[in-house]
Amino acid sequence: MSTGLWLLLFDGLLVTLQLTVFGAALGLVFAFAAGLARLSGRRVVRGIAFAYTEGFRGLPALVVLFWLVFALPALGLQLEPLFAGVLALALNIGAYGAEVVRGAVLSVPAAQLEAAVALNFTPWQRMRLVVLPQALVAMVPPMGNLLVELLKATALVSLVYLQDLTFQGQIVRAATGETAAVFAGLLVGYGVIALALTRLVRLVERRAAAGLGRTPAREVTR
Amino acid sequence: MTFDWTAAWDALPQLLDGLVVALWATVLGYVLALVLGLAFALLRRTERAWLRLPVGFVVEFIRSTPLLVQLFFLFFVLPAVGIELSPLATGAIGLGVHYATYTSEVYRAGIDGVPAGQWEAAKSLSLSRGRTWTRVVLPQAVPRVVPALGNYAIAMFKDTPQLTVVTVAEVLSVVKAVGAQNFRYLELITVAGVLYLAAALLIAWPVRALERRYRKETA
Repeated sequence: MSTGLWLLLFDGLLVTLQLTVFGAALGLVFAFAAGLARLSGRRVVRGIAFAYTEGFRGLPALVVLFWLVFALPALGLQLEPLFAGVLALALNIGAYGAEVVRGAVLSVPAAQLEAAVALNFTPWQRMRLVVLPQALVAMVPPMGNLLVELLKATALVSLVYLQDLTFQGQIVRAATGETAAVFAGLLVGYGVIALALTRLVRLVERRAAAGLGRTPAREVTR
Repeated sequence: MTFDWTAAWDALPQLLDGLVVALWATVLGYVLALVLGLAFALLRRTERAWLRLPVGFVVEFIRSTPLLVQLFFLFFVLPAVGIELSPLATGAIGLGVHYATYTSEVYRAGIDGVPAGQWEAAKSLSLSRGRTWTRVVLPQAVPRVVPALGNYAIAMFKDTPQLTVVTVAEVLSVVKAVGAQNFRYLELITVAGVLYLAAALLIAWPVRALERRYRKETA
């Protein structure tokens, strides 16, 4: 395999990593906005958040991506391809993340809230100083799982001609004819990135638990 | 540009045909995922390390890599080694194997939830290992994970658009074929989205009903 083809794969890897990082960042924004909105006292706010999470958890990510890339231009709005990819992935993963945020906030013991009320905290202080510090720690492991799901979903953008790792893999396959080797190599590549992400999340998990003065859960030994 | 729904309306029968194909792929893939997932879960508990470790590695590997690339792999590599399958069979195998790695985790949780006393009781009655599994452990482990298993049926259905890359004639393939003729992608993809949403909600309904029933029983 020539150097040019390796460079092609490297370019694709960068696009895949960009999609993962930006998708995760924007997805977190959607997840927090929708997850907290679902706990709002106002019915309208709750309703909008409910429609978003149920809607995007019921729609295939690929269909959302196709809509943004092939249907939206007909309405006169042509998105930058990379942004369209990030947006589609973030809308999808954000809907799942919203459930994680909601669950984590609800998992904070009621006594904690009562204590904050007794100390005359404003609602914003309650959220910022009491609820979120505890909820964030509970969010880390499920968010880590979603991060790997997001990485896997980035491969979809190759179907709308964004030049990610999978797309460039197809080019290399066409150029070399080494079908089995190329796809096996792609799978190993994604597997290695997923492993690295999982390790990173474990590290954050331990740090976060330690930050609350909790000893991290010990690995279950057989 | 204005909406022209007649194009999408005319394509509706084809889109519905595509939806039926997608549902078939889901049914076939799901049955495979249920069976293979249980096999994975059992193999990952065996005492034979030479079996347990490779199976564990393969399951983790499949779960952390994209379904799309796995589908490409099956589509191009199976014929090269002399296995000729229909597109639907290739797609169902891809979905089934991918989701088996998820269902195996669900089964594992269910098996872990069976109290140790049940194992001990089976041993003290000197039941064989086969009978312990089929008559004591699994009848208690499986019902409590039925809701979690059901959720993966919905998730799997939402991954069927990816089968377009192995030339399965599901909804997205219909959209691409019809759109190539009339360029009405906006209407076609919108209608396809509505169909997916409706079908996903339709599948979710029995799953939620199962969830309520089993929650009541285990409570």
